[in-house]
Amino acid sequence: MTGSAPDISLRHQRREQLTMLALALPALLVILLLIVLPVGWLAWQSIWHNGFTFENYRRIFSEDIYWRSFALTFEISLAVTLLALLLGYPIAYAASIAPRGWNIVILALVVLPFWTSVLVRAYAWLALLQRTGVINQLLRQLGLIDEPLALVHNTFGTVVATLHILLPFMVLPLYATMQKIPRDLLQAGASLGAGPVLTFWRVFLPLSLPGVLAGCTLVFVLALGFYITPELLGGGRTVMVSMLVSRNVELYDQWGAASAVGVVLLAAVAAIFFAVSRFIPLDRVLGQK
Amino acid sequence: MTTSRPTRIAFVVFCTLVLLYLILPILIIAPMSFSSARFLTFPPPSLSLRWYQEYVGNAAWMQATRVTLTVAFLTVAIATPLGVAAAYAISQSSWRIMRVIHMTLLLPLVVPIIITAVGIFFVYAKVGLVASMTGLVLANVMLGLPYVIISVVAGLQSFDPAQEMVARSLGMNRLRSFFAVTLPQIKASVVAGGIFAFISAMDETIVALFISGGQYQPLTKRMFTALRDEIDPTIAAISTLMTAASFLLVLIATTRRKT
Repeated sequence: MTGSAPDISLRHQRREQLTMLALALPALLVILLLIVLPVGWLAWQSIWHNGFTFENYRRIFSEDIYWRSFALTFEISLAVTLLALLLGYPIAYAASIAPRGWNIVILALVVLPFWTSVLVRAYAWLALLQRTGVINQLLRQLGLIDEPLALVHNTFGTVVATLHILLPFMVLPLYATMQKIPRDLLQAGASLGAGPVLTFWRVFLPLSLPGVLAGCTLVFVLALGFYITPELLGGGRTVMVSMLVSRNVELYDQWGAASAVGVVLLAAVAAIFFAVSRFIPLDRVLGQK
Repeated sequence: MTTSRPTRIAFVVFCTLVLLYLILPILIIAPMSFSSARFLTFPPPSLSLRWYQEYVGNAAWMQATRVTLTVAFLTVAIATPLGVAAAYAISQSSWRIMRVIHMTLLLPLVVPIIITAVGIFFVYAKVGLVASMTGLVLANVMLGLPYVIISVVAGLQSFDPAQEMVARSLGMNRLRSFFAVTLPQIKASVVAGGIFAFISAMDETIVALFISGGQYQPLTKRMFTALRDEIDPTIAAISTLMTAASFLLVLIATTRRKT
């Protein structure tokens, strides 16, 4: 090898790298200016008010209303995640074993709501669940109830609508994982004498666990920061963390307090993603969105 | 697999119920939007276009519609080229820094939207972009970029970069070879990415709640405010139109991707 050849290829590589960097730069600039800087600013504001202060954090960790909201958000997110798994797993399973054609129908029914505005779906649930809504009318006409049930403007309504919006985020990663499970493995299980139930428990279920983890992470994290459904269907009593943030900004003009709550929420989300990334690659979780 | 009959029937019934739960709320809005009744009743007492007339005849709704469409089109026009350039760089380069950049560009999907919204509001308040068209478009470009990048990176994965090398060795410069050789082959993923960015901008609500105002309020902000106060059937009409637009766009995006 001559002495100059690696030099030229190194310079060539350098130039190539810089070209690629230049191509990515405009997009990177948008992201840096419109999300990294704003979130950084928010974090700064939570600890700086004419000097360093931890007053905002002291308050949110000592005042009852903040604690209750964090606990409620955690409970609702957990409930929504478990329900999504309970409803989503069979659907993903059905889509993965259904004959061609049927699996497309099932997936289409899952994806269509996914591409409908969250606001539109929140509206639909209001129309369905309110006192004079479709469900209450139906139950009265059937003579099952005399008084309309309180289905909305409470935690129940929030969970029903949030679950509806987040269910596709459970089904899609589950389906992606299940689809990759080799069918021969199931047949091998059967040929070794295992019944369908045993094959499912010992072969299929363990192999689908990465999808379960991806789906649960996505649903839980999205539920933690959910805003539209608790605001519109929670009736003012279901105060989730995101509503604490917005109220502190809009109603009380407490930017510092809003920022501190936001930082705690962000830290929780980051911790979850970090923990999960030790088991499955993060881009596989995010790729489903 | 063979399972006992009752188990299979129970399974099918369960799945059908879950699918109904997913789809019914979306199907119920359209018939309500054609109802003549002031209050939401189902089935509607008689059919009318009353709520569509209300929507079209209302100056505030029309202004909001113009804002939404302008924002969505400008978002696509800006986010698509930026996203394609970044996706190209990401998939061509094996440089470690590019992996970090890739992850950074997907941040809008990871950060809870309420935090993004409040953060942008704080920054905009400082630089005077609150209640402006520019501010609204910039925020939506940021939110739409990940959709373009994910779609185009996936499209480039099945593209053989050697083809572009051939074009360049035959004397085309890089830019020309990209437009002549690469772009036609990843066109479907570019279109799909752009469409998803459009839908994202059309449906975006939470950032708009904080940063939009005055004459530059998109449809979603007005709908949200209206929903807080009372249930106006005009919103059913708008929702139906928005849903129809989304479905049409997704249909275009997915069928193009397959061919």
